[in-house]
Amino acid sequence: MTQLNRRTMLRGLVNGAKVAMALPLLDIFLDVNGQAMAATGQRIPVRFGTWIWGCGFVPERWVPTSEGADYTMPVDLEPLAPYRKQMAILTGFDVKLDGVANKPHVTGNLGLRTGVPVPNETVRAPTLDVLIGEAMGQGTRFGSIELSASGIERSYSFRGAGSPNPSETSPLALYQRIFGEGFQDPNAASFTPDPEVMVRKSVLSAVAEDRQRLMKTLGASDRQRMDEYFTAVRELEQRLELQLQPPARLENFTKPKAPEKTVVDGDIENVMINHKIMAGLLAQALACNQTRVFNMLFSDTTSNLRRSASSDTHHTLTHEEPVNPKLGYQEQSAWFAAQSMVACRDFVDALAGIKEGDGTLLDNTLLFAHSDCSIAKAHAVEGIPMMVIGGAGGRVRTGFHKAGRADSAARVGLSLQQAMGVQVEKWGTGSMDTNRTVTELVA
Amino acid sequence: MAFIKFNGAFLRRAGLGACLAMAAGIGWANQSETTPSAPLAEPETPGGPLVMRRLTESQYRATIADVFAPDVPVTGRFERALREDGLIAVATSHGSMSAFSVEQYDVSARSIAAAITGEERRAQFVPCQPEAETKFDKACATKFVEQYGTRLFRRPLAAQERDRFVAVAKAAQQKLGGFYKGLEYALIGMLDSPQFLLRMDHAEPDPSRPGSIRLDGWSKATRLSYFLTNSTPDAELLRAAASGELHTHEGLSRQVDRLLASPRVAVAVRAFFWDMLQFDGFNDLFKDPTIYPGYTVAAAADAEEQTLRTVVSHLVREDGDYRALFTTKKTWVSRPLGILYRMPVATRNGWEQAEYPADSARSGILTDVSMLALHSHPGRSSPTLRGKSMREIFLCQKVPDPPANVNFSIVQDAVNRPGSTARMRLAEHNDNPVCAGCHKLTDPLGLTLENFDGSGGFRAKENGVSMDLSGALDGKEFEGPQGLGQALHDNPGVPACLVEKMYRSAVGREIASPEEPVLEYLLGRFQSARFRVPQLMRAIALSNSFYAVKEQPDTTPQRTVAVAKEGERS
Repeated sequence: MTQLNRRTMLRGLVNGAKVAMALPLLDIFLDVNGQAMAATGQRIPVRFGTWIWGCGFVPERWVPTSEGADYTMPVDLEPLAPYRKQMAILTGFDVKLDGVANKPHVTGNLGLRTGVPVPNETVRAPTLDVLIGEAMGQGTRFGSIELSASGIERSYSFRGAGSPNPSETSPLALYQRIFGEGFQDPNAASFTPDPEVMVRKSVLSAVAEDRQRLMKTLGASDRQRMDEYFTAVRELEQRLELQLQPPARLENFTKPKAPEKTVVDGDIENVMINHKIMAGLLAQALACNQTRVFNMLFSDTTSNLRRSASSDTHHTLTHEEPVNPKLGYQEQSAWFAAQSMVACRDFVDALAGIKEGDGTLLDNTLLFAHSDCSIAKAHAVEGIPMMVIGGAGGRVRTGFHKAGRADSAARVGLSLQQAMGVQVEKWGTGSMDTNRTVTELVA
Repeated sequence: MAFIKFNGAFLRRAGLGACLAMAAGIGWANQSETTPSAPLAEPETPGGPLVMRRLTESQYRATIADVFAPDVPVTGRFERALREDGLIAVATSHGSMSAFSVEQYDVSARSIAAAITGEERRAQFVPCQPEAETKFDKACATKFVEQYGTRLFRRPLAAQERDRFVAVAKAAQQKLGGFYKGLEYALIGMLDSPQFLLRMDHAEPDPSRPGSIRLDGWSKATRLSYFLTNSTPDAELLRAAASGELHTHEGLSRQVDRLLASPRVAVAVRAFFWDMLQFDGFNDLFKDPTIYPGYTVAAAADAEEQTLRTVVSHLVREDGDYRALFTTKKTWVSRPLGILYRMPVATRNGWEQAEYPADSARSGILTDVSMLALHSHPGRSSPTLRGKSMREIFLCQKVPDPPANVNFSIVQDAVNRPGSTARMRLAEHNDNPVCAGCHKLTDPLGLTLENFDGSGGFRAKENGVSMDLSGALDGKEFEGPQGLGQALHDNPGVPACLVEKMYRSAVGREIASPEEPVLEYLLGRFQSARFRVPQLMRAIALSNSFYAVKEQPDTTPQRTVAVAKEGERS
């Protein structure tokens, strides 16, 4: 064979190994162990994402009574029981305020995600999904995808203060953005680079030529804003560059069909539906390497979830509902907290439903699920519930419950970054500052 | 009329401890004894920093409509704007762009450029014809780039910039064939450029004050134009900028009066009030359809439009007193709104001017469905949110967030309990000193609107009980929505707050305390113009402060974690 055609060779090897797998990267082969390997030695990419639910939990229904692997599954986590081995439950880690005013539903959430508690939404450091995304590098169409299931066009993914990535709130808009114009079907019969795409890329290069000159004319804070603009332009250029290359074939992949139009609002029935559709679309997008980073806001931190015909939202209930004396907690609020875990299971199901290598997409994903507070009624930022779900391509260990004993919540953020390849030894400020990895998570 | 003393700094810095002080009526001092005359001459101004402001969605759309045509399609989506201290206009000089935004700007740029250079409309927009479509006509491409570059960048292009976009046109033509394809991509490049998307101030040495700087003519024209028309400078304003006229009082006055006389002022007033009234909140405002079946998507959109129409027709068309916005019975209605208001609407499609009936509980924009629904929960009203929004929107007072560690156990749910009213439920907060301070600020205002439910619909009773609609503002007691409107009308803090917000919106930044005499001066002008908003805009547009800049020490700390390193571009 004088000329090796990458695609035929690929097909041959895959068939030879008799393994169904996804091939999101160029030049992917399997090694003898069935591990996904690229010709360059690159594995199937590892993905990172966060999944937020608002208004915390009812501790007695959520926190396992013992640590380690043999805990009894708490009632609210029961929906996630099928993923017991792929899940680490992290409780009792605190956001340390050091006197910073606790803005309800904001300070805890952003403190957890940036390592720096702030009294408002002006973050003082990027959120960890951005740091991880930067370390993972590009090579995908989208730097990250943000989603929100309850109609709130917000995300808690910040590159810098004042520039949160907005969330997609409609499944249909999400579909169009990912699978609409510019999407290359990995299994399309033929590939011809589009000359218009080449020209578009050169236009962006021309725009970016101005950068050096422009930067000199600006003050420090505007320079930083301009830098973020040019970073975004660069991302767009790289996306076009990808479109000029033939996509790697992907087994088990058919381009999803456009979803039906759905009602987008805070009614929990609609939210569950929209969330499930978006999770499915996202999983497909991850499979064919459209992005490697995502942030799903199942419910906002001041959760607007409500039951049809009820005058209360999940958030107002956490403040106003009387504690049921028999149960010892707020019954309706607890219902929403429990439903949030059902939704989390839906999301994990979507990842686990896609075959990849000798496992599933979930095995190659690190999903960090957390809330904004522990007990919403008091806006407590101590013991914010957190879970690490998925295998991260073998980079984390799961299958246990770990109690933080009032340690800094930044320990978790630090460990996740280290697992995902960020060169970082310590993270957080003040009492949050830590260099102590959660060793149980380290594979 | 008593001269209102501007006392903004105190309020802006008001923190948690200030709740009780504000409730006691400290805030706007009304110096009624000896009426001092308002300062007629503008005080010395310290000058602000050079700012870089991102176009808002409405400015982007208006600019495209003005530079090209109103029907040119803008197909990209816009991310929700950042809001800072009550105004999106202020945050435009701080927030940066997400990757999503840049992606979507590019989508819009492509839709615009395709329409402009497409076969159907190129004769209308391209100022010259190429010698042959298959050959690159450099002169014609240069003319096209210069013409639209000047309008989009709001200044003439530097030779280097012009050449760059002409080169894009040439390269694109070579790759894709066809002269107009080249122009299309040159235009996309200009529309994607930061020079278009961001309004960057440029300064030059000030000949009248050696050693100081001033805004150059183009930057002045841009500031003026977006303030008075919410859009890009027109040809006449660009001419005045080029000629240096904007640096003279006569030249500036001529342009200000010309723009104020144009119908575009209504657009600017609308955009300002949309921002001030926080109508971006309609983006994620949901109501429970079972509880409020009348509140549909169409009704919500019309509710927003209703208030903006009332504002514009009262302030601009009728040249009315700003304070009367809180008392006027005049309004606008459409069919979907007629259902919510239980008012007959003759016009089948569209709008008609109307009056709230004399015996109706409604008067002034505070009783519009928009304001009532926006500051309520999905399934019920909220006197606290309504009161808080009034303090923040119309009085420029920051009501602190509730403390995080409140024991809510005393506040028991009884929303649907027979015989329960919001006043009774909220009374429980007032027994708790931690809550009482701020709830005394918000609730006495909001409770007067309790005869309107969470969707803004009228109700005589809640849970079968008549409601006590008494309230108070800064020590003055009143009754019901009409009393509330009158209380805001009479409150000296209301026009003072408008002055502050309009000035901050105009300059696109926070104000520093040395600027307070300027606000006092503008308030004096507003007062002597009997609170006519276009006159306030005129006073701002003619003030030195509006344009004054000074060099700032470059001290802003850089972010510690670098996103992109210098020189990593390929």
